[in-house]
Amino acid sequence: MDDFEPRIIGFFCNWCTYAGADLAGTSRIQYPPNIRVIRLMCSGALDPVYVIKALLEGADGILIGGCHPGDCHYQSGNYKARRRVAILQSILKQMGFESERVWLRWISASEGRYFADTVTEMVAKLKELGPNPLKGVGAV
Amino acid sequence: MSVTAYLEVAEGDTLGALRSFLGRLLAEDIVDALLVPQKLPTGDNVVPTLIKNPASLAGVDPFAPVMPVIAARAVSNVTATEHGERLAAVLRSCELRAVIELVKLQQASLDNVILIGVDCLGTYEVTDYANLIEAGVDPTAEALAGAAEGQLTAHEGYQFRAACRMCEKPVPGGPDVYRPDITIGFLGLNPSQQILIEADDNLAEKLGLEAAEGPSAGSGQAPARRKEVIERLIAERTAERDRVFAAFREQVAGMDGLLAKFSTCIRCYNCMGACPICYCKECIFRTPTFDHASPQYFRWAERKGSIRLPTDTLLFHLTRLNHMATSCVGCGMCESACPSELPVALIFRAVGQEAQAIFDYYPGRSLEEEVPVATFREDELTELGERQG
Repeated sequence: MDDFEPRIIGFFCNWCTYAGADLAGTSRIQYPPNIRVIRLMCSGALDPVYVIKALLEGADGILIGGCHPGDCHYQSGNYKARRRVAILQSILKQMGFESERVWLRWISASEGRYFADTVTEMVAKLKELGPNPLKGVGAV
Repeated sequence: MSVTAYLEVAEGDTLGALRSFLGRLLAEDIVDALLVPQKLPTGDNVVPTLIKNPASLAGVDPFAPVMPVIAARAVSNVTATEHGERLAAVLRSCELRAVIELVKLQQASLDNVILIGVDCLGTYEVTDYANLIEAGVDPTAEALAGAAEGQLTAHEGYQFRAACRMCEKPVPGGPDVYRPDITIGFLGLNPSQQILIEADDNLAEKLGLEAAEGPSAGSGQAPARRKEVIERLIAERTAERDRVFAAFREQVAGMDGLLAKFSTCIRCYNCMGACPICYCKECIFRTPTFDHASPQYFRWAERKGSIRLPTDTLLFHLTRLNHMATSCVGCGMCESACPSELPVALIFRAVGQEAQAIFDYYPGRSLEEEVPVATFREDELTELGERQG
């Protein structure tokens, strides 16, 4: 699987992580092109259905990005997201799915470098883990 | 404080004594209406009914071991909007716990509602119950006969619902179960002679209940005996629960197990329709969200080689789990409603148990503990979201 390039779906909050990713771009920081980003107004607005759908369709990893604790533009959306991710990881794990494909990271608008490092780190981890076993499974 | 009293049963007519007790709530103007299980005139089913006339109590039978629908939904229906009536609702433990969850999810209101919990030894599938009646069996009498020993003995050739066989919370006000305003108990007693009524002081006074040390007939050991019987029943059920949970966790380890679990699902959504916690009026799975544009199906088939139709079966179950698992009370109505006989009560309960444990949350225990998805703490789960290692 040397040529395996993981595909990551990002769900980023508008105020912090999306702006952080934008900063990485405008700062011309290099990071692997393995991520496709979906912008949300808040990490707390992410229903697990979208994460599960992406995984069942064969995404190798999910990166959910929100503001650091205490910094949420809507006061507490990221704390609620954190609970939802904890529940989602527990359920995926119990149902026989690799919950380590789902990452949550707090990345602020000024952390372009940290965003690039996170994607780099995640791509390396997913390469170790291998492709999502559901990638070629149509019977889901 | 609460008062424990014993209701004397005349000539072995347990239901008669209970009906006259419930009738007093109406007759003495304590409530305007009762929500209570009642036999249908056909005799082969016992369903939640809303009663305003004390003369309509003749078929009332909260001890019948059958639960065709979960009455928590009925409580939601009749209390969710302003009604101006005083209501008493008679519920088994799982129904009571589901009501508590629905109140916290703002789908039911306890304003002017008296919750009455009844002991439950387990329930049959609704078709099994009807067959037993057809065969001339009296399932209520059999349930009451097992009360003294707390024995879960289904009629020969039948068994109780899977969810009931692993239910370790059969008693209202028991461990991790909400304490209702009134508890009607028969476990550990001889219900042909007495049934237990526990009520808070205020209600006990209105109902003229007098505290008793023990039943006047039989042994004076009733409270201790009841405690012992309940503890043994809970221990047996807990062991059964742990046994089936362990078997489930072994089966589902790995992706093949996950796919096999739902291979016979026909995506009818019956589990969702029967679930007391799935209350959303506009569930995403009832919208056209998953009616995709025609070319999309071909693109998916192209990418994966072939796709299962209808699509999104596993997505439905995993998403529903994420939405309801932290409030799952284990009533098992999902499994009773499943035409493919999938063990969904077991799956959802087992998975729910671990998700609930993250927040030390017990659905249906307390009105004060917020449902996990509606709240948060700043100082919890602090590693999640931070760079690891």
